[in-house]
Amino acid sequence: MTEFALLTGQGFNGISVASILLLAALGLALSFGLMGVINMAHGELLMMGGYLTYVTLQFLPHGIGYPIGLLVAFIGTALFAGALEVTLIRRLYGRPLDTLLATWGISLILQQAARSIFGPVGDEVTAPAWLAGSISVSHGPLTGFALPLSRLFIIALSASVLGLIAILLGRTRMGLLVQAVHQDRAMAEALGINTRTVDLVVFAIGGGVAGLAGAALALIAPVTPTVGQSYIVYAFLVVIVGGLGSLPGTALAALLIGLLSAGWQIFTSVSTSDVLLLLFVIAFIQFRPRGIVSVRSRSLEEA
Amino acid sequence: MRRIENVACGLAMVLLLLAPTYIGPYNLSLLGRFLAMGILAMGIALVWGNAGILPLGHGLFFGLGAYALAMHLKLAALGPGELPDFMQWNGLDTLPYLWVPFKSGALSLIAAATIPTAIAAAVAWLLFHRRVGGVYFAIITQALVLAATTFIISQQPYTGGFNGLTDFGNAFGFTLADQSTQTGLYFVTVVVLALAFLGTRWLLETQFGKLLRAIRDGENRVRFLGYDPAPFKVVAFAFSALLAAIAGVLFTLNIGVISPAMIGVVPSIEMVIWVAVGGRESLAGAILGTLIVNFAKDKVSSAFPELWLYLMGALFVVVVTVLPDGLGGLLRFLVREPREESRPTVIIRVVAPATDEPPAKPEKAPLESNG
Repeated sequence: MTEFALLTGQGFNGISVASILLLAALGLALSFGLMGVINMAHGELLMMGGYLTYVTLQFLPHGIGYPIGLLVAFIGTALFAGALEVTLIRRLYGRPLDTLLATWGISLILQQAARSIFGPVGDEVTAPAWLAGSISVSHGPLTGFALPLSRLFIIALSASVLGLIAILLGRTRMGLLVQAVHQDRAMAEALGINTRTVDLVVFAIGGGVAGLAGAALALIAPVTPTVGQSYIVYAFLVVIVGGLGSLPGTALAALLIGLLSAGWQIFTSVSTSDVLLLLFVIAFIQFRPRGIVSVRSRSLEEA
Repeated sequence: MRRIENVACGLAMVLLLLAPTYIGPYNLSLLGRFLAMGILAMGIALVWGNAGILPLGHGLFFGLGAYALAMHLKLAALGPGELPDFMQWNGLDTLPYLWVPFKSGALSLIAAATIPTAIAAAVAWLLFHRRVGGVYFAIITQALVLAATTFIISQQPYTGGFNGLTDFGNAFGFTLADQSTQTGLYFVTVVVLALAFLGTRWLLETQFGKLLRAIRDGENRVRFLGYDPAPFKVVAFAFSALLAAIAGVLFTLNIGVISPAMIGVVPSIEMVIWVAVGGRESLAGAILGTLIVNFAKDKVSSAFPELWLYLMGALFVVVVTVLPDGLGGLLRFLVREPREESRPTVIIRVVAPATDEPPAKPEKAPLESNG
């Protein structure tokens, strides 16, 4: 394999990691921007999506099972996230640090529940036949470079989810309401928007997208009770770097963090790359404390 | 009120000092360990309950203190020219430079206190002077402890990796395995805990402590009064890191092992829940909460290992939703003692400050509120 092919391969890996990070971080970023709330159980929604896919595939044939699994993962986790919002997060409104702790408690319970139901060992979701192969290059400077179809599918999936969310936020009436609440909650309320409903819908959609991330991740790694934890801290870093609930900011930040960690892993170990990544984020905050895309406002109390 | 508190603390101190006479060696060793953690919990009560900074990475400072001492104990157990066992297994034939200063016990203790404090101060300064706080700060401290533990695990030849450091023989001339050493260590822990308690309580009563609470309740108002909140928050955070490091040293002496699993993301956030159980503002509550949660964990998780995590999760939820002032608040509610002042128990920093409207101008009649 040529040096160039290695670099391209690593870049491709970076992008596919970035696309999972993006799916995992989207919901976090949206509800953080809107409600000022960090959901520590978000990673467990991802895990739940993975397990829902796994369970669906136990009942359905593999060819069509996986797309249905994706759908089940989305709907199931969205419903769960909605229930979580109504029963817990809504009650802690305006207390972001307490929300963080309470949702951590939820995540512990979900992890242990997964361990009790499915056991501590990972469950494999085998990719359907149409995603099993890979496109490999046998000529030219990229000789030896192979693109696994499953990773390509994940990239396409997250790009289309990003596109759909962008349309939802930018082109629909619901998106208009979300933007209004995001910009000025008090004014939106005064104009008769039911902000609680907007919060609920955004939180549920964010949870559903995390479920999709879990279903996508299940294609390349076994689903374990702790799979959420291993992704969630990076998703938080994406949210911090991306800026408050900004869609383009989150996408850029996911790409940046995915590529940086894949890039550093060429030269150093995974753990050193983690440390470097964190130092990068702290340095980055020195220059842009509000993230890549920050909404400038004269409001005094910004979240 | 202050008088009752002093009497209660004095009584608790007497009970703790007499503990070796009425509880067995196993529970005494647990108690010593948990009291050491109580020192750390007071640090969290200081920054979280009183300054409104939620630390999710105190395991890092605890761990740095613990490792600094453990490295010394590891070296002290060796004959001349020998290497620690895990270094030999990993094919090292000379002592790494990083380890050389830890041959000296005094230097190790100095390092255990200064390194975590300095790191905490640096990180806090970098973030607070850029006005990064609240949830952002909490998440970054969590990422910090995650990065540190992955790093420690990966550097097995230099740190002992996942297994951590254990098999200590002597500590400063005493054999750790002796029961008399263990009892002595218990007394040392109690005395250090008492000193840390008095020191932190004094700190909270000074002008500095008052400013911390002011920053918690309204950071911008403090700014308008002409103070820069950042240095106060940095000092508070560094001080609580120092307490964590002291706790780490005493904990390692008491338990005889330190490993990444004891200082990672999960233990770090559990430390916060100890404080929440006791009542986030109160120092005595922090110690009490640490003892209650840890003894419960020891008893429940040995009998029903699966149940414990459910309980722990439920504890997080209940303590935040139903008991935001912890057991202290419950007690106050039961005794029905009037609170000194009616202020919100947490800072309100919502995205849109819907509940924080400026007061209506006097010349206008207040607007009718229609829902």
